Amino acid sequence: MNKEVLSLVLSRLLIALITLVIVSFAVFTATSLLPGDTASILLGQAATPEAVAGLRKAMHLDDPAFVRFIYWMGGLLSGDLGTSYANNMPVADLISGRFANSMKLAGITALFAVPIALTLGITAAMVRGSLYDRAVTVFTIGVISVPEFMIATLAVMFFAVYLQWLPAISFTNEVHTITDIVRVYAMPVITLTFGVSAQMIRMTRAAVVETLNTPYAEMALLKGASRSRIVLKHALPNALGPIVNAIALSLSYLLGGVIIVETIFNYPGIAKLMVDAVATRDLPLIQSCAMIFCVGYLILITTADIVAILANPRLR
Amino acid sequence: MTDLKTTNWNRADDAVVESAIRRGATRRELLQMLLAGGVAMSAGGVIVGRATKAIAATPVSGGHLKAAGFTSSTADTLDPAKASNSTDYSRCSAVYNRLSNLDKSGAVEMELAESIESTDGKVWTVKLRKGVTFHDGKQLTSADVIFSLKRHLDPKVGSKVNAIAKQMTGFKAVDDLTLEITLADANADLPTILALQHFMIVADGTADFSKGNGTGPFVLENFEPGVRSLMRRNDHYWKSKGPFVDSFEFFAISDDSSRVNALLSGDVHVAAAINPRSERLVEGRPGFVLSKSSANSYTNLNLRLDTTPGQNSDFVAGMKHLVNREQILRAALRGRGEIGNDQPIFPGNPYRNDDLKPKPYDPEKAKFYFNKAGVLGQSIPVIASEAANSAIDMAMIVQAAGAEIGMKLDVQRVPSDGYWDKYWLKAPIHFGNINYRPTPDILFSLLYASGAPWNESHYKSDKFDKMLIEARGSLDQEKRKAIYNEMQVMIADEAGTIIPAYLTGIDAITDKLKGMETNPLGGMMGYRMAEHVWFES
Repeated sequence: MNKEVLSLVLSRLLIALITLVIVSFAVFTATSLLPGDTASILLGQAATPEAVAGLRKAMHLDDPAFVRFIYWMGGLLSGDLGTSYANNMPVADLISGRFANSMKLAGITALFAVPIALTLGITAAMVRGSLYDRAVTVFTIGVISVPEFMIATLAVMFFAVYLQWLPAISFTNEVHTITDIVRVYAMPVITLTFGVSAQMIRMTRAAVVETLNTPYAEMALLKGASRSRIVLKHALPNALGPIVNAIALSLSYLLGGVIIVETIFNYPGIAKLMVDAVATRDLPLIQSCAMIFCVGYLILITTADIVAILANPRLR
Repeated sequence: MTDLKTTNWNRADDAVVESAIRRGATRRELLQMLLAGGVAMSAGGVIVGRATKAIAATPVSGGHLKAAGFTSSTADTLDPAKASNSTDYSRCSAVYNRLSNLDKSGAVEMELAESIESTDGKVWTVKLRKGVTFHDGKQLTSADVIFSLKRHLDPKVGSKVNAIAKQMTGFKAVDDLTLEITLADANADLPTILALQHFMIVADGTADFSKGNGTGPFVLENFEPGVRSLMRRNDHYWKSKGPFVDSFEFFAISDDSSRVNALLSGDVHVAAAINPRSERLVEGRPGFVLSKSSANSYTNLNLRLDTTPGQNSDFVAGMKHLVNREQILRAALRGRGEIGNDQPIFPGNPYRNDDLKPKPYDPEKAKFYFNKAGVLGQSIPVIASEAANSAIDMAMIVQAAGAEIGMKLDVQRVPSDGYWDKYWLKAPIHFGNINYRPTPDILFSLLYASGAPWNESHYKSDKFDKMLIEARGSLDQEKRKAIYNEMQVMIADEAGTIIPAYLTGIDAITDKLKGMETNPLGGMMGYRMAEHVWFES
């Protein structure tokens, strides 16, 4: 690795770190602006002014925002995510199980979606204009245009209600064997794969087509290189940057954007946890979830950037 | 059952008849219901025969009951003082008991208490049942009861019934199984009040509620807030009958169609509180039935009397005539409920004033009053939100009626998130949503007394306050009923709350599940279904 590449990589990491600090500030400010507070929401319709004041005091909600921010940052840096307002459990405990669930779902989806997307995208680009290419294009546009909840609902209607092959809801605690994994994850993974791979296919195809149009690809063709050699050896390394970026963007969606899938299949993931937390104004939980989403997003994007830098033949 | 094909009889009607039989309806009443449903006598006989057979079946033990509620979050709790929704109530009812409870007709029955008695309505003696043990083996004593009740007075606990509990000013353990509760003022309703979900009994000194150590029919196995709870049958349960199922699993599926799909695919046995659209989906299918609860909530339109335009009594009178109750019941609630007469006592309650007639829908009269108030031509904002069931549909119906007589109502739809904090009780015209409460005293002190915490229309009347205290302390049933009747008339005429209809909840269940009854405390048998239902063998 030469000096230029190293400095580029380091600067990317530094930018990620600065972004994280700004984001943490934004998250704290935004959550503090939510109308209503935990005390009155926890007491719900039954809240009397004295009861709210009592609970607020017991929960230290009346400290100034600045003091709460310092405490929160201090806690984050020392690995303490705080205690949930809603049920007094450590936020880390609440999140850990749900986060693991989300990662499982995202992981399994990525396992299917990425290879499928790359294969379809690259092959479509190779035979551009053919019937196969047009079929892929029509299919991806079709899938992108159908909202996720529609795909999920149709899948449930068909596989769970009519055929009764798969359960209508996904309970992770019932997973003991490989068959269970298939039963529980099949429908959420299919739904998500549809959503994320369509994007990846289109971006991959576009990136490869663009590099195939460049003079060096033409040169390779004139020199008599085979079609697959042109694509794999000459076009792909140059198209890798945009492709990895497309993959990163699509996968980052799997972390927080799966709320619809989690809702329909009642899958206990972290996106639903955050929605619950917003409803109860459980600030420590909302903030921790938001930070996890931001960190996840930053890791994916930064990795994509670094991969793009490393893969760039001109920087070698 | 081929002769049924010629009628419009469906499974929902079946459920109605079954539940009527369980309530103890006579044969004549049943035949009336059948005739009203357009069923020929011959078919009627078949249905009655079938329904009677269904309830005659003896309970069978065994099975794993899986039920899906409709709301759940990380705030889910096993602390009865903090319990706040159907999910908490179902879970808590499975592991804890109360001193008293309400039966299907709304009458008080004793549970952990053998008796709750008083001579003056002020000092109450509670005698506890002998030989009741907690799940951890500890005997139930008066100390546990005093601890459980006293908790509600501590603001740090954040009890939902702090305001109601405040009247209990003194607690004294007479002996191990007897205690005395002293009230600030006489209140004849204490046995009913103690039947509220929040007054469940926990062990003395409990600080960690995650174990769910109670005296109830089920022992907690696993509880993940916002995900699910799992319980197994308490083999040492003190009641001689029930529970019948081996284990009980409860979780919430917030998405309505997912909940119904889970029922249809056989993943759950109960889908609670389904909406009218899904009702049809279940109705047409063999193997599933609808279980209706009694009317147990209402959505009302509140006109604040202490600010414009509600300050003007002619405006309020006009609005009461502009509300088309029949249309609201038919269109907004799709027939699931009963017409309301602008006062909060639910149908079926012994204290309800059934002679009090709802204001008729009369646009001309409304126009007359609006003219008198000088508001015609003005645009008047009405705040509505999905937070209150069907409020938006109701607002549209009233708005359309107003438009016909030149009364411009500007319906402003606001998000349900934060609605109860920002708009409810605050906006000059807004919607509210009130759940069942068993006694007139609770409803009036909560909603209509001058100092009531939820005085939705800011109604103030010294006469009303005096009558409230008088009725509360009176042990003479006839006198109480007379006072409460008059108070209902006062609310309907003077307060600014319009209650167009009382809503009925509907749970969808598999027809293999037997023993499901209605209960005024709420759906799923007042959230106590797990203790009472069984699977057909």
